[in-house]
This record gives sequence, structure tokens and C-alpha cells, in this order.
Amino acid sequence: MTGKVMSAILLKNARIIDPSRDMDLTGDLLIQEGEIAEVGPGLEGPEHALVVDLNNKWVVPGLIDMHVHLREPGQEYKETIETGTRAAAAGGFTKVACMPNTSPPNDNEGITRFILDRARKAGNCQVLPVAAVTMGQKGQGLTEFFDLLNAGAVAFSDDGVPVRKASVMRLALEYALNFDALIISHAEEPELSAQGCMNEGLTSTRLGLKGIPNAAEDVAVFRDCCLAELTGARLHIAHVSTKGAVEIIRRAKARGVKVTAETAPHYFSLTEEAVEGYNTFAKMNPPLRTEEDRRAIIEGLRDGTIDAIATDHAPHESLSKECEFALAANGIIGLETALPLALKVLVREEGFSPLEIARLMSQNPASILKVEGGSLEKGKSADLTVIDPDLTFTLERDSLFSKSFNSPFLGQSFRGKAILTIMEGQVTFDLNGLLKEG
Amino acid sequence: MTKLKSRHILGISHLDREEISFILDTAESLKEILDRPIKKVPPLRGKTIVNLFFEPSTRTKLSFELAAKRLSADTVGISASTSSVVKGETLIDTARNIEAMRPDIIVMRHSMSGAPHLLARYIDSAIINAGDGTNEHPSQALLDLMSVKEHFGRIEGLNITIIGDIAHSRVAHSDILAFSKMGAKVTVCGPATMMPPGIETLGCHALYDLRQAVRDADVVMALRIQKERQGMALFPSEREYARVFGLDTSIFSVIKESCVIMHPGPINRGVEMSPEVADSSRAIILDQVTNGVAVRMALFTLLLTDSREE
Repeated sequence: MTGKVMSAILLKNARIIDPSRDMDLTGDLLIQEGEIAEVGPGLEGPEHALVVDLNNKWVVPGLIDMHVHLREPGQEYKETIETGTRAAAAGGFTKVACMPNTSPPNDNEGITRFILDRARKAGNCQVLPVAAVTMGQKGQGLTEFFDLLNAGAVAFSDDGVPVRKASVMRLALEYALNFDALIISHAEEPELSAQGCMNEGLTSTRLGLKGIPNAAEDVAVFRDCCLAELTGARLHIAHVSTKGAVEIIRRAKARGVKVTAETAPHYFSLTEEAVEGYNTFAKMNPPLRTEEDRRAIIEGLRDGTIDAIATDHAPHESLSKECEFALAANGIIGLETALPLALKVLVREEGFSPLEIARLMSQNPASILKVEGGSLEKGKSADLTVIDPDLTFTLERDSLFSKSFNSPFLGQSFRGKAILTIMEGQVTFDLNGLLKEG
Repeated sequence: MTKLKSRHILGISHLDREEISFILDTAESLKEILDRPIKKVPPLRGKTIVNLFFEPSTRTKLSFELAAKRLSADTVGISASTSSVVKGETLIDTARNIEAMRPDIIVMRHSMSGAPHLLARYIDSAIINAGDGTNEHPSQALLDLMSVKEHFGRIEGLNITIIGDIAHSRVAHSDILAFSKMGAKVTVCGPATMMPPGIETLGCHALYDLRQAVRDADVVMALRIQKERQGMALFPSEREYARVFGLDTSIFSVIKESCVIMHPGPINRGVEMSPEVADSSRAIILDQVTNGVAVRMALFTLLLTDSREE
């Protein structure tokens, strides 16, 4: 059924959660010709429409992940655009923004077009390429922003490595003004993080591992906020992990700096203690921090300091993870666990409303990236996700759609996940065969 | 206690007080073999011990090797320069290949913390951690315990002061855990640039003033300043280090009459310790070395003989 265009789908008795209109009510939603044709109570679809009674399951605008690594071109043994977008659809995502640290890096129009072409062929999820800020992500000369934007890039970042020089970051932000382009900062001061492989703190002392202090992130976030203020350009801070960074962003926003921020589900779900036993599946950059930081991240999400949840989906083949901790690659997969973790930690433990989750995982990423999405209004493209908040499942290696299985959540039980994903009216994921015809 | 609970010796953090006492008692009873005219007993005949050293070592490697030979085990040594590591083989593959040749114990030293813990998940042989990165060096801590116990007749209630590069020293890490587990009070002292965050949570307290740190000590242990583990200089000069944290004869007027001086070796004479101190009657540094063989004999015995139920 994947990829099939349904001429008309009527979702009955759904809990319709639309952050664009601050709406959370039970009703029906009709999809016709790839668009949301009608939303309201007691809808009657055309005769040929496929009717599904959702029995109060949630319908949210298609989830948007503004930070993934799809590894293609160059590291297809970790993930391909096809497998990565399949994992995205299974996680409820209809759009993902992929970072440029491929091999070669996405620093030119050719690669951007290649990525878009591959994504279109796969048809699982819309891919929004983030192009490199500097050529080869080397932190020196800028990439051709105009050309890359024309080819389909949605933002610029050297993610994976920080833009080391403040002068280059300033230049990028200034040049971005011409196009109102977004610069995404992987905020890290490499002079402070060098050789570190986990958070600097009690656990690193106990395990004898070289730590990365919070200050490595904080000073870089502060630097880039100052540069955004200086230039007036739009800055987005990727994968916020520290209490200090949350506070710095909060103050910058209060001053009117055009800064937005994201965090990843692991930063509100786990702490450095997950590294215990030299668990390389808990190794990422920035590293898992302390409970105090985790609390601050959750408060940042609650008060709007952090605008978005992005997975930093970072697939790695087993060889990169089954080795000495200091040598292991950074990163974990996240597309298939983001929503379950948001439901578990933010909704159930922290009392976030479903509307807030839809804002953090769909509406805000859409508006930061200036792409369509985050709305279930009539006439919008039919990008939506059906969530069964009570479906329980255990995360198993074999059930993952991603090519890699580097997740610290393997074997854990969850309650709630996406069961149906529709992108532009096409069914891209249908867990229970709800829309199987005949 | 008739057997160890642990199958491997990965670190002091994995051993409880009872196991540590058991190892020390065993070592004490084996030590007498080292003074016999014929220094060889048969209990580990037919057992094979592989010394897998990914980092240079003289003392520790020799100590493990002699300990094995005293017990009639066969030993094979592999060092990084001759290993397949240079050919790009993964650590797990190297270990699996060694395992395929059926050794009984792999003694392993590696520059990365957690490397022996990784292998313990993949192979069946018992693993003894002979030092992993900046994590642990359990047999060193055990021989230090043994030396202190031998001298004072107890460990409980003693004040142990460790001086030097606490952050990068696996000896310090294991010693802090070991002495505090056995009821001693551990104080660490060194340049703040060499003090890891949250060191107190390991069971010690930290002081920056050397004289204050050693005043009540029963044992003062100076650590080797390990230049090879530091990305950049963590103190201005060896001269300044020696003046602020080095032990010279002036220390004798500060420490207690009964206080002993220890060092895990090799000593940088004139840096962390002056020759006069190292060679003084207060030093029990060479006793540590002798006890190292006894402790390692105990580890082999306890891991390999039938006293450990499968």
C-alpha cells in the first residue's frame, strides 16, 4: 500500500490536534486529491472514499524532523535515503531535514539535487536538504548559498563539526541576510571538547573517560547568539543539551535575537548514567548530560525557549559501535523512537498536552524552516500522522526500518506510536493496514 | 569465602570488600614461595596465560609473567608492536583469535578505558585488567593494599594520601576505590588541573595544599607524572611541580614518624620524589614490587583453580 494515492480518505471520530489553530477536538477529516478537503464533525465523504473509524486516536499534522543524517551519498552501509525515509515514515514523519555531513559533503547544487532526486524516488517522506555553510565543511570559504537555495536547500549548517572561527560564522550569518536564509549552528567549542567522549562529570570520573564540559556547548551557543544579534540574521541552535545553553538562548530571545533552538529526545530522556558499562549506544555529541540539564531541557521545551524536537538521527553500522568506547562513533538513531519518547516523557511524565507535542514536532519546525506543514486546515497538503497513544510495543532490533540499530532504547517498552502516516495524500506508513482496500 | 564472585578482574569497582580480603589473604600465603630456593609450585601446570599488552610496560608485564611461572603456568606475551593491531584488526577480532587458541586467562593492558570490559562481553577466557586507559589498574591497587597491610597489620582506619595526577592515573582511581572499600580514609592532592570533577564521589576528599594533605597521613603515595597521557602541559614546568607537589626531605618534618612512602613506579626522580626520599628507610616502594608478584599469583590461582565453582 505504501505510496499508493488514495483518491479520498475519510478519517472518522479522530481526536484532531491542530496547533496552527490551537484546536484539539473530536471530529472527522476528509482527504481528497492530496489535500485536506474538510475538517469537522459528522463529515460525509464521497461514495468511493475509504472510511476509517479512528475511535478517538490522534490525528496531528505530519511530523517534521529538522535534524537527521541520511548518510547518502557516501555511507550507504549506515543508511540510505530510502531506508532513512522509511524509518521516518514509520516514526510518523512526513518531512525530514538532512544534514550535509555526507561523503562528499552537501556543499554544492549537484549533491543537493541528488539527495532530492533519491528522496522523490523513494517516496517515503519529503527530504529537505540542509547544505553546508562552508566548502567541504572545512570552516573557511562559504558555499554558494543562492545556488543551493535554488536547488532546494532549506538551511545551512556545518553540522557534525562546528564552524570553528567566529569570523566565518559572522560572515555566514551576514551573507544569509540576503536570502533570509537560516544558519543552523552545531554549537561546540572544540578547544574545550577535544578528545572528550562523554559528559565531563561524576560518571566520566568513575569510568576514567575524558569528558566534555557543559562549557564547551555554552560558550559556543553564547558566541553564536552574540553574532546573530550583531548581524540580525536567523540562527538556529541544534541539539541543545545543557542547562546553560537553555538559559543563554532564553535571554537572547528576550532581547529579540532571531534565535530558535531544538533538542533531541535523548536529552530529555536520558542522562550520562546511560554510558555506564561503556555503552557505546549512549555515546553521542553533544553527550548525554546530568539530571539537572535534563530538567532544564524539559523546562526549555515547556516555556518555548526550545522550539523544536529533532532527532539527530545518526545511524552507524555495528563496527562503528562495537569497539573501544573512545573510538566509537557518535550518535544514535532516533526517527522511530522520537514520538514514543515524547509521549512517555513529555506527555505522561511531564504533563505536556498533545497540542504542545504537535507544535514541537511539526508546527515549529515548519515555521523555522519556512516550509509548509504543521497545520490541518482545509486546503493544506494532506501531510498527517495518526497516533495510537495507547499502543504498547517493545523496541526490537528486527522491527526497525532504519538500516542501523544503534539505539540505547532497544528492548525498552513504550506506550504510544504513529500507526498511519500520510504524505501529500499518499500513505507512507500503515502499521495495521487500516487503509488496505478490499 | 572459597571462591571469587567475579569471573574477571576488571576493576576494584567490581570487587567487594570480602573478595578483596580473600585475594589479600591468598597473596599473603603464596608470598613465601618467592623466598624458596626453588621458586616454583605446580598448581597451574597445563594452564596458559596470555599477556596482551597494547601499551608499553616493563614492571607490570614482568610481574604477571613471573607470577604465572612461579605457579607453573605457560605464558605467552603479545605486545602492540608485534600484534595485528597495526594491520587494522579490531580489538574484538584480535581477542577472538587469541581465544580460539584456548588460553585460560588473558591479562590485558590497553590505552583506552573500558577495553577489557568490552572483551569480557565477547570472549570466555577470564580477563585480568592490567591497566585500561585512565580507568583502573586493579592488581596495582591490590598490591598496594597488601603492602600497607603487611606494614601496619591493618588497613582500616589508616590515612592514605595520594599525590599527583589524580585525573589521569588509573592507579589513583583503583587505589581510592580499594583503600576506601577497606575502611581507610583517602585524601588526594595535586594540581587542580589534574583533579577530575566529582573525585569525592569515589570515596576520598581532595586538598590542594601538600603539607596539609600529608600531616596526618599513615601512607603517602606519590604518583608518576605521566606526560604521555596529557594532551597539553597541565602544569607550567617540572621544576615548579617538584617545588609545589614533589616530596623531598623537608617532608620528613611534616609527616608522622610512622608514615611510610609509596610509589607505583617508575619514579621520575627529582620530580614527584627526590632520590633521598625514594631511597629512605620510610619508603616501602620495593616491597610493593615484591608483593605485586604475590598478588598476581593470587589472582591467577583464584581465577583458575577448583576453589572457584563454575
